[in-house]
Amino acid sequence: MNQYDAIVIGAGHNGLTNGAYLAKAGLKVAVLERNPYIGGATVSRELHKGWWYSNCSYVSSLLRPEITRDLELPRHGLQVVSFGGGATFMRNGDHFGNYSDHDRHYREMARHSKRDANAYDRYAADTSLQTKLIRPYLMRTPPDPTSMKPRDLRDLLEFARSFMDLGEEKLLDTIKFWTASVGDYLHEYFETDVIKAHMAGSGIIGTALGVYSPGTAYVLLHHYMGDVDGNVGAWGFARGGMGAIADALSKAFQSYGGEIICDANVDEIIVKNGQAAGVALKDGTEYKAPIVVSNLDPKRTFLDITNPSDLPKDVLKKARNFKIRGSSGKLNIALDGLPVFNGLDPRNRLMAGDLHFSDSLERQERAYDDWKAGTWSKDPYLDMMIPSLTDPTMAPPGKHMMSVFVQYAPPKVEGREWTDEDKDGFEKSVIDQISNYSPNFRDLILHCETRTPREIEAEVGLTEGNIFMGELTFDQLLFNRPFPGYAQYRSPIKGMYMCSSGTHPGGGVMAAPGANAAREILADLKRPNTVPGGYADD
Amino acid sequence: MSDISRDTMLLTTPFHSRVEAMCDLNDWGNWMGYTTPNAYFDVELEYFAVRSTTGVFDLSPMNKYRVTGPDAQRYLDRLITRDVSKIGIDRVGYAIWCDDNGQIMDDGTIFRLGEQDYRICSYQRADDWLAWNKLGFDVTIDNESEAVAGLAVQGPTSCTVLTLLGCTDLNQLKPFGIAHYTFEGQPMMVSRTGFTGDLGYEVWVPPETAEALWDQLFDRGHDYLIKPIGSYALELARIEAGFLQANVDFMPAEEVVRVGRTRSPFELGLGWLVDFSKPLFNGRAALLKEQANGSRYRFAMLDVEGNKPAEHSFILKGDKQVGTVTSAAWCPTAKANIAYAQIEMPHGAVGDELVAEIYYQRELHWTRLLAPCKVIDAPIFKSPKRWQTPAPPH
Repeated sequence: MNQYDAIVIGAGHNGLTNGAYLAKAGLKVAVLERNPYIGGATVSRELHKGWWYSNCSYVSSLLRPEITRDLELPRHGLQVVSFGGGATFMRNGDHFGNYSDHDRHYREMARHSKRDANAYDRYAADTSLQTKLIRPYLMRTPPDPTSMKPRDLRDLLEFARSFMDLGEEKLLDTIKFWTASVGDYLHEYFETDVIKAHMAGSGIIGTALGVYSPGTAYVLLHHYMGDVDGNVGAWGFARGGMGAIADALSKAFQSYGGEIICDANVDEIIVKNGQAAGVALKDGTEYKAPIVVSNLDPKRTFLDITNPSDLPKDVLKKARNFKIRGSSGKLNIALDGLPVFNGLDPRNRLMAGDLHFSDSLERQERAYDDWKAGTWSKDPYLDMMIPSLTDPTMAPPGKHMMSVFVQYAPPKVEGREWTDEDKDGFEKSVIDQISNYSPNFRDLILHCETRTPREIEAEVGLTEGNIFMGELTFDQLLFNRPFPGYAQYRSPIKGMYMCSSGTHPGGGVMAAPGANAAREILADLKRPNTVPGGYADD
Repeated sequence: MSDISRDTMLLTTPFHSRVEAMCDLNDWGNWMGYTTPNAYFDVELEYFAVRSTTGVFDLSPMNKYRVTGPDAQRYLDRLITRDVSKIGIDRVGYAIWCDDNGQIMDDGTIFRLGEQDYRICSYQRADDWLAWNKLGFDVTIDNESEAVAGLAVQGPTSCTVLTLLGCTDLNQLKPFGIAHYTFEGQPMMVSRTGFTGDLGYEVWVPPETAEALWDQLFDRGHDYLIKPIGSYALELARIEAGFLQANVDFMPAEEVVRVGRTRSPFELGLGWLVDFSKPLFNGRAALLKEQANGSRYRFAMLDVEGNKPAEHSFILKGDKQVGTVTSAAWCPTAKANIAYAQIEMPHGAVGDELVAEIYYQRELHWTRLLAPCKVIDAPIFKSPKRWQTPAPPH
């Protein structure tokens, strides 16, 4: 009864994707989920009657179109709807608007600085060059630089060649880019504080680093390399909230005969003679399978649900040292109407985009200083959205749902666990920040869900509440993700695999780790591959 | 609102003052001699309004012909290929009409407004054709194109918005149904029709009430995220939904100069609109012959691999060129790369595997791409909302 060909632990988007591809190949697959609902951090919840919250991940761009199409997610109900633009509100009452139309965008930048407006095209070209280097590798297993296998050698050669083809100057730029801070990178193009601050946000989201920390330029790239319908860098909402992605994936998975079991809290992966044999739940139930795939982050996978005696010391050490620091929190707010912001006509379409309040790199860096000091930012960086301006199903007519991603929030407050008082203080700093720019905001609040790293870890299972399941710095990317020697989705235990965002190419609701892991598993089983290749770049 | 005193080359529609006020991009095109917006603010977002909220498209330049008189039904039955008697009162039928050689002149919608009272809504002008076909029939044909202003109100919240405008019980109206209301003391006709494949309606009013209709529609629709959409967004929606477009997917038969460039209903996948049980209609004999002897071409809807739209592509079978693409788009909701092609017989049957020869340019560099594609039997995009009655609220 409880015998399967493969068991996937965790019904987040990567677990469901992985399960779907294994089931599509004819395997009998069960995806186990600890919570009574599926989705993990890809979830929509009605926490205030009539208002739906995408209460973890909140926007979609990186979800690989190859997977969406191959698993027929639109037929299973998924509809990703673009939103346009965004704005950073300034302390002087002005704002900087990010328009999707190139010429309108030029004029808006020129209002702040003609030189910056002109430099934007150079910035866009240079940044696109970097996204073009990485995008072809999203739907592929990273090559192992120590391996002599033909596939690894071939892929490494191709990888090296794409860098060498750049020519000396661009290669040097690239090396610099991959190690630079987003602040320094932006200094090379722009002179205006608010413009730099608006763009720098993408370099720190989900990362326990500041705008002047080396490596954050890549994080910016990670937010730019997705696309909505071929518009690289564009972002969208899943209609009905992010849970619509998990719902569609679950339907695809079930259409191939897969089984989802909720309220199944895995205690330990069962290993017999060095070979995965199944899982045991905390309630004692056992499910047997020769293939066990963990969609938990690398720390939880190796330190929580695997018996240390089944693992080499080397892996335990790497898991212990894996960088997965909590840096962010989230407020989900039900609003009685549309907030009005200083200096922006509420009918302006920028209102439907991503909104921010940090108008200088200095303020963003100071916000990070608070995190280093072990507390939440008193002047937080916010990535705020009003999805109900794009998706009418998120809130009643004329009412609105607001999603506020907050940076920074430390995993522990001054070295101790978060308390409810801390949480209230964190919430207050965010609401104060928004109220400083929106006179009617506070009076519109009907309900607010506040999630510090404590809640995100407890409810979703992301260690320290890290949204990417491990920081996206170069030491943890590509063949280093999650750790060197284990970047091809295999664990040291035969039959045990990893498919979470802690593996290549990382977090952001891409579903690529789940798909890539399935390809490796099917190869090991000598089954035909069911996973599509990536679209060719142009 | 036409600015006749200046006698501009392009005319403006009765909604123009409102359209212009909302056209942030100031990006205009020429449709049927009218100044119409290509896009209002962002083609992608306008398209998504149709799929997620409500998109409003000014379709006033469509040609409208009123056909009345004792012989109205008989007249139409000779004119179009389908059985007109099957279109009930207050119902709309999609129709095509052919020349005597069975070649398509245009497609359009036939609104049955009374026992012997119809309105033809067509993309092409048809005054001449309709007049010649009148010989021997007791019918009156009025060109109502300028007397009727129209808005397509399309998308998941469209029924809710129009209900708030005063269209009582609109959610009970079935697809292709017509309902009559009064707006500002004038008649307002609402049909559950459209060119987007989603839940949607077309609203028809006299030009005098056009501006008030626009204003009230956007006022009532505000909380339902109503947005205006231009012709580029509509084009994307119609390709995704599987609708053909005159002058794009076929040439109106009477405008064709070169031999062999016209197409029959069978060659456009519209054989289901041809009813041979009718004793006589334009093109019947030729179409019967074609049915017996076979067609030259087949309309194929292609699911193309990859994400490069197969615009203007040649279609290959092996090394041989067997067809050309007429419309193509990456479809944002279906997440599919769709193309419509004209394929030489016997190729192009459902399931046939072909290759699209795609050319695309990046930074002045042209790339030739051979993308495998497969003939599919129906559009990948299917909105259940389109067919639901009662219509869903969002």
